Amino acid sequence: MLEALTLILSCQLAGEVLVLVSGLPVPGPVLGMLLLLGWLGLRGGVSERVAQTADTLLGHLSLLFVPAGVGVLVHWERVRDHWPAIAAALVLGTLITLAVTALTMAGMQRLLAWRRGGRHD
Amino acid sequence: MTDAPLTQIWVYLAASPLLWLTATLVCYLIALKIYRLGRDNALLNPVVIAIGLLIALLQLTGTPYQTYFDGAQFVHFLLGPATVALAIPLYRQRERLKTLALPILAALLAGVITAGLSAVALGRLFGADTETLISLAPKSVTAPVAMGISEKLGGLPSLTAVLVISTGIVGAVLGTGLLRLLRMRDDAVKGFALGLTSHGIGTARAFQVSPVMGAFSGLAMALSAFVTALLLPPLLRWVGVVS
Repeated sequence: MLEALTLILSCQLAGEVLVLVSGLPVPGPVLGMLLLLGWLGLRGGVSERVAQTADTLLGHLSLLFVPAGVGVLVHWERVRDHWPAIAAALVLGTLITLAVTALTMAGMQRLLAWRRGGRHD
Repeated sequence: MTDAPLTQIWVYLAASPLLWLTATLVCYLIALKIYRLGRDNALLNPVVIAIGLLIALLQLTGTPYQTYFDGAQFVHFLLGPATVALAIPLYRQRERLKTLALPILAALLAGVITAGLSAVALGRLFGADTETLISLAPKSVTAPVAMGISEKLGGLPSLTAVLVISTGIVGAVLGTGLLRLLRMRDDAVKGFALGLTSHGIGTARAFQVSPVMGAFSGLAMALSAFVTALLLPPLLRWVGVVS
């Protein structure tokens, strides 16, 4: 647990420092994730302890969004004044994005499978 | 003054992070219990219920959000390490990742551009002002990234945080149903679409369905954070939302 947490926090810290130094427009934790991925690739595996800590952390991912979500309180008036625009963008925009992403990925998979199949014929 | 000791206890508790940290955990556990009682129905999303309970609690006690957040920030902080930890489920999927590289790249670009443009177009159609539009545009990206983008372009970062979470909830609640309607059966595709649209909350939902779906959702969330941070500013300039 302690080793795993140290590894994860070290990657996050390295990510944050890299962002500060390089001026990349991405957040530190995302870069930290790539660093950890690279580290796992170099080591050629995940130790049981690290895997367990990560699974615990990710198993309760929903909880971590609660504090920021309560912040809707602060913006109540703006949300009320703009609710048709916000509701439309939230619901329709989200569904459209979901459909486009899923259909593109499934379509590309089918296209590639078809082309591979074509070469075999 | 019979209530003096009680007031003193309240004053003491309200000044320390312990009270609202505990309240956050308790409300989340209650929400989780309701979700389980409803047999994991996506409509009973634990994030929504927990937020609702906490808002009610803050209103009842007249506690400002800042006071609440001073305690709850310890939970909020874990978002960073959790993002880093996504590398592990991703690493477990490395073989499939290689074979799916091209479909993933195509879906990533199509998804990120659709997310930004649909938010701005729909917001404009229904008369949102520029500040709200900019705050809406990065709503499909994980909260810390979205807030950074919003701030840089002249939006309201804290409003963006709320919109990001709402988007996550909409995707988590309606997403699996829509994917079923579209006859998507591959967990990799379903996970990737959910993660791209609904970032961490979608990923949390995806992990409830299957580990493969969760891993691809986490991948989509990480990739879209990168690509959106790079593409959204020129995209918003192109449609004239920012100059």
